[in-house]
Amino acid sequence: MAEYIAPVREMLFVLNELVGLESVSRLPGCEDATADLVDQILEESGRFASEVLSPLNQSGDKEGSSFEGGAVRTPAGFKEAYRQFAQGGWNALQFPAEFGGQGLPKIVSTPVSEMWNSANMGFSLCPLLTVGAIEALLLRGTEEIKRMFLPRMVEGSWTGTMNLTESQAGSDLALIKTRAVPATDPDLGPHFRIFGQKIFITYGDHDLVENIIHLVLARTPDAPDGVKGISLFIVPKFLVNKDGSLGARNDVHCVSIEHKLGIHASPTAVMLFGDKEGAVGYLVGEENRGLEYMFIMMNAARFAVGLEGVAISERAYQRALAYAKERIQSRDVAGSDRSVPIIRHPDVRRMLMSMKAHTEAMRALQYVVAASMDIAHCHPDREERMRHQAFADFMIPVVKGWNTETGIEMASIGIQVHGGMGFIEETGAAQYLRDARIATIYEGTTGIQANDLVGRKLARDGGATAKVVIQMIRAVEAELAGAGGAELAAIRDQLSRGASAFAESAEWIAKSYQGDIRAVHAGAVPFLKLVGIVCGGWQMARAALVARKKLDGIEKGGPGDAAFYRAKIGTALFYADHVLSQAGGLRDTVLHGARGVMALAEEQF
Amino acid sequence: MKVLVPVKRVVDYNVKVRVKADGTGVETANVKMSMNPFDEIALEEAVRLREAGTATEIIAVSCGPQASQETLRTALAIGADRAILVQTDAELQPLAVAKLLRAVAQKENPGLVLLGKQAIDDDCNQTGQMFAGLLGWAQGTFAFKVKVEGDKVSVTREVDGGLETESLKLPAAITVDLRLNEPRYVTLPNIMKAKKKPLEVLTPDALGVDIASRLVIIKVEEPPKRKAGVKVPDAKTLVEKLKNEAKVIQ
Repeated sequence: MAEYIAPVREMLFVLNELVGLESVSRLPGCEDATADLVDQILEESGRFASEVLSPLNQSGDKEGSSFEGGAVRTPAGFKEAYRQFAQGGWNALQFPAEFGGQGLPKIVSTPVSEMWNSANMGFSLCPLLTVGAIEALLLRGTEEIKRMFLPRMVEGSWTGTMNLTESQAGSDLALIKTRAVPATDPDLGPHFRIFGQKIFITYGDHDLVENIIHLVLARTPDAPDGVKGISLFIVPKFLVNKDGSLGARNDVHCVSIEHKLGIHASPTAVMLFGDKEGAVGYLVGEENRGLEYMFIMMNAARFAVGLEGVAISERAYQRALAYAKERIQSRDVAGSDRSVPIIRHPDVRRMLMSMKAHTEAMRALQYVVAASMDIAHCHPDREERMRHQAFADFMIPVVKGWNTETGIEMASIGIQVHGGMGFIEETGAAQYLRDARIATIYEGTTGIQANDLVGRKLARDGGATAKVVIQMIRAVEAELAGAGGAELAAIRDQLSRGASAFAESAEWIAKSYQGDIRAVHAGAVPFLKLVGIVCGGWQMARAALVARKKLDGIEKGGPGDAAFYRAKIGTALFYADHVLSQAGGLRDTVLHGARGVMALAEEQF
Repeated sequence: MKVLVPVKRVVDYNVKVRVKADGTGVETANVKMSMNPFDEIALEEAVRLREAGTATEIIAVSCGPQASQETLRTALAIGADRAILVQTDAELQPLAVAKLLRAVAQKENPGLVLLGKQAIDDDCNQTGQMFAGLLGWAQGTFAFKVKVEGDKVSVTREVDGGLETESLKLPAAITVDLRLNEPRYVTLPNIMKAKKKPLEVLTPDALGVDIASRLVIIKVEEPPKRKAGVKVPDAKTLVEKLKNEAKVIQ
């Protein structure tokens, strides 16, 4: 059985030792996030993830959502699991108490959400999209709209969707054509009628709950062309009466769902608005500012997708590890009298270590960014807020781009560990690769993340934020130098070279952006990977430092699990030798790679 | 009616238990601990009794080290109204626990005490019976179904031949079996509320209970490893071996 056990201990290590959960819990509005409470929350959410969501992962993939008679049916067991999920209050974790939420900060919602995604990514997309819709309404909804929709959405009895993409408007939302026409039915209050077709709408229709709240980007009649003429509307599947009960069926319908490479359980709908009289939609915020609102939420959405990379990587690792321990094949290269479990073969060990090290590095980076987002939101001091916001803004495209690219790579290694059995669907390892594949695409492809990183996040401030990050890495380097021991020295050596590669590339990009922008963009994705690898290594080095201190304490007779901390140092060492060591090569590609990328004229292809 | 539910902190059921190198017990340092699953069933039953209007207050009680507070917090999150920890770092054997529980019961005067039939760490299956014996209360063990009717409680028990239903006079002690109910998942709002529920800490001394061990553990060791199997050439040899070596058929 390919079951999932939440890595609560790993998560708590990152939260307590690397993220500084305690200091976050001292911030106004984050007081509930105390170590003992977070521990208990993670235990219980982990249990729910393993016992309820995980068993539906493979069956959900195999059966998939289906479209019959104009409606979407989710795979067997999903409806009951969703009911338990909402009843457990999990949907409401991060929302304000005013609307029935628990108001917990991002450093709590992040590990919990990682568990949902590891256990069942196809399921988790439903609450993920609801989160996005709720955030949009919290941000710009009128009091009336908030009252009408938020309590039900927060408790999870209605779900949300984001309707952005149209067939001609994918990454380029300026090309949106869906129309919103002001309408005057006095019973409905101020509203619009929406006409158009949206594609790739995750959980656009389903049978989990009675109402679905669509957030839709559309143009009003006199809107200017391009990105400055797009408005945001809320379009419920069923209209909501003044007393909160459900009213008439709105003129919005799912017309088909897509056949996809992965996330089969998650229905990806084509939505038709206004087949007849037009779908009733209420304006969110001001006219023509819809895309701007979307951009405010973009950080959260991209962060959430980056987390999917971590989650899939963890799941793939657990599966591969279990197999490597039980699969007996070939003798030990150093000699044995009979065949041994494949975990004993150095190359299998290398693959497992690669999965373990990457997963831990990604997780640490993801949680550290989560903490910065909390501090940027809650800290009483403006300077601190700005500092953390700048850090989070810089890291978001890295977390999104690098974690999802690495998630695919790790899921692929997971198959390799299984050999031929990994290629067989029954084993379960193949699903992780298929599911992971979407994460580098939606919410902005890796190319778009990289362009955001080199342009808005780096060149715009002349590389100032990048310099701050590099300084933080250099500080850890100095700490490693003082810590002693051959392992930490080796980690320091690679981290130092990685930081230099990061610094040289960042300087070159800041300098070249005005001159040869094409050359910068040609190396944007290699740069994003470089930053991911080095920042991941930074977190691994911090973990090794913490572990060293803990081990010193244990050696003096203090409490603690020596094996756990020794593994932290060993894993950081692996990461330094096998992953951080790639930074120099990536720097060369960033600095010189453009000449090859642009070497051929378009006609030569 | 007050319901008292003793809960024990044990090595988590997913953990592969290892014997300590010196043979004095099993390794519990750095091992995941959680609530004894049978106690969870007892607690779930208590919560159902309260939901049905039969129970008015549920008190979870644990005897053990300070870390047992975590288990009690879980009990509060499942639905106990308040918790009592009888804190001690000493090793507790079933008789000592039964005595401590008696002292707590005398203090709290519950109408019903629901216990797990046994703890999954030592599998003793003694505490509930000893506790009822010390108080001279009626006891129903291996409960499959529990129904409170006025000043009586009917307990359907799992016995070898099937099910047996008994009627006990309250107050009574009931030890619960696996199939009594399926415990619910803890909800997030209840975890948050549990933080604010009262948790009282007592000591064996304050309760005037002698918890000294009456039994001495001589040695703890791993069960013998399974020996490698053999291939038999035909059915005849198999039958022969089953008769003469394994002696499972005649």
